[in-house]
Amino acid sequence: MSGDHPSTRPPNGLSRRGLLKFGAAGAAVGALPLVAPPPAAAAQAPVVKTSARIVIAGAGAAGLATAARLAERLSGAEITIIDARKEHYYQPGFTLVAGGLKPQSYVTSATADYLPRGVTWVEERVAEFDPDGNSVTTEGGRKIPYDFLVVAAGLQLDYDAIAGMDTSRIGQDGLGSVYHSPAGAAATWQAMSKFADTGGRGLFLRPNTEMKCAGAPLKYTFITDDYLRRRGNRGKAELIYAANNKGLFSVPIVAEKVRMLYRERDVKVQYEHVMTAIDLGRKVATFTTPNGPTEIPYDFVNVIPPMRAPQAVRNSPLGWTEGPFAADGWMEVEKPTLRHKRYPNVFGVGDVAGVPKGKTAASVKWQVPVAVDHLVATIAGTTATSVYDGYTSCPLITRLGRAMLVEFDYDNNLTPSFPGVIAPLEELWVTWVMKTMALKPTYVSMLRGRA
Amino acid sequence: MKDLDLSVLVSVFLEMMGPLFWLLLLLGIAGIVGFVAVFLREGKLDSRRLIRSELVGLAGGVAALVLMASVTVSGFTDAGGPVDWLLIGIIWGIGLAGTTILAYAVQGLLAGKRPTA
Repeated sequence: MSGDHPSTRPPNGLSRRGLLKFGAAGAAVGALPLVAPPPAAAAQAPVVKTSARIVIAGAGAAGLATAARLAERLSGAEITIIDARKEHYYQPGFTLVAGGLKPQSYVTSATADYLPRGVTWVEERVAEFDPDGNSVTTEGGRKIPYDFLVVAAGLQLDYDAIAGMDTSRIGQDGLGSVYHSPAGAAATWQAMSKFADTGGRGLFLRPNTEMKCAGAPLKYTFITDDYLRRRGNRGKAELIYAANNKGLFSVPIVAEKVRMLYRERDVKVQYEHVMTAIDLGRKVATFTTPNGPTEIPYDFVNVIPPMRAPQAVRNSPLGWTEGPFAADGWMEVEKPTLRHKRYPNVFGVGDVAGVPKGKTAASVKWQVPVAVDHLVATIAGTTATSVYDGYTSCPLITRLGRAMLVEFDYDNNLTPSFPGVIAPLEELWVTWVMKTMALKPTYVSMLRGRA
Repeated sequence: MKDLDLSVLVSVFLEMMGPLFWLLLLLGIAGIVGFVAVFLREGKLDSRRLIRSELVGLAGGVAALVLMASVTVSGFTDAGGPVDWLLIGIIWGIGLAGTTILAYAVQGLLAGKRPTA
């Protein structure tokens, strides 16, 4: 793929700079990178008449956003969305809950609230994908045939892969795990706040797999550091970040910036440390390193488990059969279109997609319109030209009150929405306001297919 | 601009301020309507009243900053770059202008009720 150039972006009806001018009128300036308009094609394209049966597996951010856009662009289609979970989680808010900044209720709503009219919701989990037979089977044994399939099944947090881990003990004995659930994030805040009162050793890490928002473990370390400082206990604490490989972030220029900030904040970094086990009673975590296994005792730990494609996807022919995404079963899709490489009537969007980087709500926001464009074009017998260049963004909180708006693409290019105004590697208050205030309304708008 | 969803902007402000947003919006509209009414009735700007209003407006700008700091759970010591200072200036300016207009309108309307000397 070519590097960052506006024309390679998902088609905008309006340039982001144009939006900035609008936003300069008020304090809402911070909201704007996230309210970039839907693709012009979606806004202007005529509604396509069809009787196609479309199945969407998964009703998280990617599934709901896909449903909303398909419902808008197709008339007569039979759209079915399959997901057993009734609650909807606003996952970008988990760090805010675990940082004591928002209540648990901030991240929980109901899937039903976002279901577009005319879309049928099957409240079950998909147990089996049969792309050769063009059908999926639910856990209840119901077989649902399709003409087009969009897999938005998310990912699986593999806590079982960490020996000794017990998720029911999150919040006790210094055990935190921000990703687990809204309740897990709230319990993590209790444990972290206690740690910020007493000091000791805080241990942070990331798994050696693809993961949701690779910035989250970094920002939670920064947040913990700031609480310790505010409570006058930073001198009594040692913070260790155990990186899974030789860098702190997959984008080199961002990794370097974080390395410098960690140095400044006295966060010690251990490279090439992958957590394999934890002893919750002794409060000791075990890591594999190039020099063999090593134990690190802790007073507070934020456990982030390995992440893999959901089992039904891993057991299906949809995953990569070779390359870096094969082991964990991520879907074998084309990077620019999210269309399956072997099954052209199948698309993979959101966390489950086997593409580099991403796995954030921002990725979803830019992936879904492209996948929908190509799906609708196939139905209409035309060709879509929209391309997803891997754009994603991460408002990386570096202390309470400041964050860096890090935006990048497949090729590690920084892709700032407001070059020269909101500098990508600058710690800014406006980015903090964006993350804590403006992101959720724009996310909800995305679920409804409006942004 | 039609692609930009106004409801998103409204929800961002509601997220920040809750019902207070509607109150501020109403006050803003009332201030402008009152100001225009007073100006049309008098056919000129009363400079002494305007200066008094601007003094009130200075405090209004500070109030806007305090409100912003409180709803964003941060302080202005968190400003880290030029865009932050620009935004702080804009917020202060909105508070100043809004309060000045409102204060002028209130004084004008009250003065209109009193018999002229």
